[in-house]
Amino acid sequence: MQLDGLYQEIILDHWKHPRGRGLREPYGAESHQVNPTCGDEVTLRVALAGQTVADISYEGLGCSISQASASVLHELLTGRPLPEAIAVHAAFAELMGGRGQVEPDEKRLGDAVAFAGVALYPARIKCALLAWAAFRDAVARAGTVEAGGT
Amino acid sequence: MMDTLTAPSLDPATVRADFPILSRQVNGHPMVYLDSGNTSQKPQPVLDAVAEHYARHNANVSRSVHTVGTEATEAYEGARAKLARFIGAPGPDQVVFTKNSTEAINLVAYAFLAASVGGGDPRFRLGPGDQVVISEMEHHSNIVPWQLLCERTGATLRWFGITDDGRLDLSDLDTLVDERTKLVSYVHMSNILGTINPTEPVLARAREVGALVLLDCSQSVPHAPMDVTALGADFIAFTGHKMCGPTGIGALWGRGEVLAAMPPFLGGGSMIETVTMEKTTYAAPPTRFEAGTPPIAQAVGLGAAVDYLSGVDMRAVRAHEQQLTGYALDALQTVPDLRIFGPATTEARGGIISFALAGIHPHDVGQVLDGQGIEVRVGHHCARPVCARFGVASTTRASFYLYNTTAEVDALVRGLEQVRKVFG
Repeated sequence: MQLDGLYQEIILDHWKHPRGRGLREPYGAESHQVNPTCGDEVTLRVALAGQTVADISYEGLGCSISQASASVLHELLTGRPLPEAIAVHAAFAELMGGRGQVEPDEKRLGDAVAFAGVALYPARIKCALLAWAAFRDAVARAGTVEAGGT
Repeated sequence: MMDTLTAPSLDPATVRADFPILSRQVNGHPMVYLDSGNTSQKPQPVLDAVAEHYARHNANVSRSVHTVGTEATEAYEGARAKLARFIGAPGPDQVVFTKNSTEAINLVAYAFLAASVGGGDPRFRLGPGDQVVISEMEHHSNIVPWQLLCERTGATLRWFGITDDGRLDLSDLDTLVDERTKLVSYVHMSNILGTINPTEPVLARAREVGALVLLDCSQSVPHAPMDVTALGADFIAFTGHKMCGPTGIGALWGRGEVLAAMPPFLGGGSMIETVTMEKTTYAAPPTRFEAGTPPIAQAVGLGAAVDYLSGVDMRAVRAHEQQLTGYALDALQTVPDLRIFGPATTEARGGIISFALAGIHPHDVGQVLDGQGIEVRVGHHCARPVCARFGVASTTRASFYLYNTTAEVDALVRGLEQVRKVFG
């Protein structure tokens, strides 16, 4: 097994230098996700400006994969139109569930393609998906909150 | 458990030859299996006993008059007798087969629940004002059943704390265990800190107040001689797969008189005396607690496992692991930024070492070690309160057994250097 396939330079770089870390105001909704097998956790906030993802802020505790994944998510999705962000989420989830058989869509996934190797380690997929699950949940909540507010 | 001065010794090379899996490669390296606290590997005689049972003696037990059924019953009951001897029980009837330690502990918890709801022996009746005492050092399997029991009966759950050096804090023993305490249930050897806990003071106090005592021996029975008669507890729980046996088989040992006072757990075949449409009377222990077709081949395999361990000599197993633990404690202290959780010396300590590498998450430590063929466990080890006590979410854990060597400890230390390189 080549661990290089798992711990890509991009992942280690995001782990050492997380982008956009910290919880910020204002935000539309917050989601807290826990991986019960290891106790890792992430709290993630989404701020929407109409149909645009204005900010994604987060705090977390966990392994390099889970923390780098949150950083990549922030960098990749902040500023994007919401439908596009949701499509990227879907592509990332598909890549993680693909057991290495899914050809990553580099154009859509950007730095997140670095996680392609994680799909070969079933025990680590949950780590990579933790922040993304929080994002999806927060977006759903933000939608509800805003719908409720209008 | 502590006396290793006069102990016989074992030769790990000879022992290793009995375990086929130990010669495999993992990720291009010879496998270094340091996760026996999680589950142990199985020697050839255990593999053979299970295969032989299915190949030659397979039939259901306790209900057949035919030859094969009789052979299967004798093998199953023979395994119970072997297990009883292995733990120093006065007789096989005090050994109840369960599927694991978790089920053994739940069996006792449900006896309390049944007696509390349906009336029964007052020792098992719980209500508001009564107490169950556990410790902060427990595996979740010795926490959750008691939380559920207390929620359902209105009793109060209390617990011993842990000292900074990873020992059970018994300073409040006399106030914690009082006249309202019906049960004290705690771990004999911690699955995360390696601590071997004292029993005498707790048992003495429990006797004073009339409480029953259960010891979770999941990590002690596989690794050191056990004599339940000398120990003096009311119950011990342990599991087969951590002691060279198959998964799916464990045991509850209980004092004969106490087991006899307990209501049934699961209802069904085998556990009955007479059944009418209106009412059932129940078999005596241990059958009363073994409803349905039991894990027969697994029991036979566990019988072979205790034969194997007795052949090696449990005193030798304990001495070997204590020596190895001392070597590992010293070796790990040479790794920069490494913090060991639990006792710093081998005194009253078994072969489980949890540690943290500053700034590097256990998942990452375990992954890079696995890349070098080194199999350790990472996470909270089903003992989250212990992690919380020491201010971490998880740890990396190396655990040893009779087949581990100092060379494997050296491989672990080299592996940790590699981890530091990747994440440095």
